[in-house]
Amino acid sequence: MTSHAPSKPAAVKDGPSTKLPDETLKKWLYDMQLIREFEARTMQAYQQAKIGGFCHIYSGQEACAVGTINSVEHHDPVVLAYRDHGHALARGMDPRACMAEMFGKVTGCAKGKGGSMHMFDKPNNLFGGHGIVGAQTPLGAGLAFAARYEWEVLETGPKKVALCYLGDGAIDQGAFHEALNLAALFSLPVIYIIENNGYSMGTAIERHSANPHNLVSRALGYDMKSLEVDGLSILNLYDHFKPLADECREMQKPAFVDLKTYRYQGHSMSDPQKYRSKDEVEQFKDRDSIANLLDHLMNERSCMSEDDWKAMQKKIKGIVREAVEYAEQAPEPDASELSTDVYANPQPNLSPTEDYRHGARNPLL
Amino acid sequence: MTTLDTPPMIETPIHPAVGEWTLPEFVSEDQLPSREGDRVIQYREALREAMSEEMRKDKRVFLIGEEVAEYNGAYKISQGMLDEFGPKRIIDSPISENGFAGACIGAAMAGLRPIVEFMSWSFSLVAADPILNNAPKMLYMSGGQWGCPIVFRGNDGAGGQLGSTHSWCVEGLYANVPGMKMAIPSNPYDAKGLLKTAICDPDPVFFLESERMLGDKAHVPDEEYYIPFGRARRVIEGDACTLVSFGRPVNFCVEAAEALAGEGINVEVLDMRTIRPLDIDSIIESVKKTNRVLVVDQSWPFAGISSEVITQITEHAFDWLDAPPARVNTRDVPTPYAKHLEYDYLPNPERIAEGVRRVMA
Repeated sequence: MTSHAPSKPAAVKDGPSTKLPDETLKKWLYDMQLIREFEARTMQAYQQAKIGGFCHIYSGQEACAVGTINSVEHHDPVVLAYRDHGHALARGMDPRACMAEMFGKVTGCAKGKGGSMHMFDKPNNLFGGHGIVGAQTPLGAGLAFAARYEWEVLETGPKKVALCYLGDGAIDQGAFHEALNLAALFSLPVIYIIENNGYSMGTAIERHSANPHNLVSRALGYDMKSLEVDGLSILNLYDHFKPLADECREMQKPAFVDLKTYRYQGHSMSDPQKYRSKDEVEQFKDRDSIANLLDHLMNERSCMSEDDWKAMQKKIKGIVREAVEYAEQAPEPDASELSTDVYANPQPNLSPTEDYRHGARNPLL
Repeated sequence: MTTLDTPPMIETPIHPAVGEWTLPEFVSEDQLPSREGDRVIQYREALREAMSEEMRKDKRVFLIGEEVAEYNGAYKISQGMLDEFGPKRIIDSPISENGFAGACIGAAMAGLRPIVEFMSWSFSLVAADPILNNAPKMLYMSGGQWGCPIVFRGNDGAGGQLGSTHSWCVEGLYANVPGMKMAIPSNPYDAKGLLKTAICDPDPVFFLESERMLGDKAHVPDEEYYIPFGRARRVIEGDACTLVSFGRPVNFCVEAAEALAGEGINVEVLDMRTIRPLDIDSIIESVKKTNRVLVVDQSWPFAGISSEVITQITEHAFDWLDAPPARVNTRDVPTPYAKHLEYDYLPNPERIAEGVRRVMA
């Protein structure tokens, strides 16, 4: 049981979200519900053994991905941990490519070579989900380094800001601290977004990290701007995060955000969740981020009716159903694909057993 | 939504994941500039020349590592480069290999061409996750969306009484991983030509130098030249036994060959120059002539490069062997400190000559 609970910082008065058109917020609601529905069908497919390996469900955390990704530009690089389906969809990945990847099909985003934990989407500047806890944190610094280098040395790019996502479990890794130090030392435009769901797999934050309710202290140690935000309210999140992202881009410097959130499912599909009570999960479901935004749109902005919501859900159900059908029908990778995409410049004698060559183009390119 | 049909095959020689890519023009060994001449410079200067020439041509190339900039290089390899290229391209890193090696992989994915200097490859062990789990697998794991054109380089092997933790020969460990290439020059001329090729290659290249060779001097042409990966050089021609080696021990093989010539044993010495790719064709050609082989490898024997080379020889030329293939490695113990113990631990001319006599017996 974790005592982890989202704080409720006062809403920003007249924050930037108030100026967003209704259609933008409806699109956010759509994206969040798309993720929720997509993950429901993912679990179903996993239980039917159509998806293999490790599979980490994002349900409950939707506001984090949708709120932060919509605070930056499409050309800004994004890099993820392994709980990555939600961000991929929020970034614009075709749900069919996402589902086909998990089904191990050649039309999946990584041609069936990555799986659930490795969602890559070059046209959407999504530099992958990464399977080793914390491995993506130096990559995030590097993406920011490249962006700054392109702007400053090559003079070919605009000012960008990179987003690097990690769970609270990753803050205990050495790689994370090295990445923070580099980002601060070199003034790299990267935001480390801790999706703090209170658990490092099955170990509550009080049991896995020192000073567990003051994660921003890590950033302060590197003299990095930091923020603790309730990640269950997307409007509140945006109001705090958007100005920070703008500042990091403009000033070309890093930041650290502790987004308090919660996952409804286990760490992975094989988690019996004995470390937390059903009551705890229900408590968080009462503050559900999708219900929260829906309520805002229906009752405060009065721009959505019950019928609109039903129509939106119906549309999403259709799209996700189509993604599953597509994944089921999609061709498997040809046996020859086993030894393709190993080298960009395959040469003779690189291996005693393999004759490396190029195979099918990635379907997203 | 985009249409997702079964994707077409890649037609270009270089994978589109790294964007448009032009390889340098490679010429045959006899068309390379002469190895003889009076422009004698050190191994470290040859490395510097290779990096500087490529950095002048491509602004995406940068050098990062501990003490590479203001200190002018812990081993003076990058001396003067900060003055020429400035602090945005010659970058001092903190002692944080996991961090800066990992960051450079991100930068390479995003389109830059990093050269990452490890002061010693021994220190790369704390960066094992990025250099083994990310760089060589990125192209595969992303289904061909992102490559990782990066060079990791630094001192490999015993530096001279540095003890066990600082004397790693990483080739046995690292060459195991598919997706990477590994070059290991034994002399200044090859150091320049191979490093230039490494920087121009779109795959992650592990470039292994040696602290003990940085001061070695030889003629290095002023002009630009590129030595292709996967092409061994015959250093000494002979017919009695083939010596297969790479990196610093090639020089010990030459010394041993001179001693053995006095005994009437004329060995052939092959310098592999790259471990992955491995020019097994040249090895087999030589073994078919000499019918005997000794592999000299500065890393440990168990499941190492010598094991691999000998396996491939037996796979391809078993019937041509007149004696069991043999090897001289570093002794199978941690690296000792005491000078004479370290000497005995390493492949040295005496142990190599003894190995040849064993094969000839």
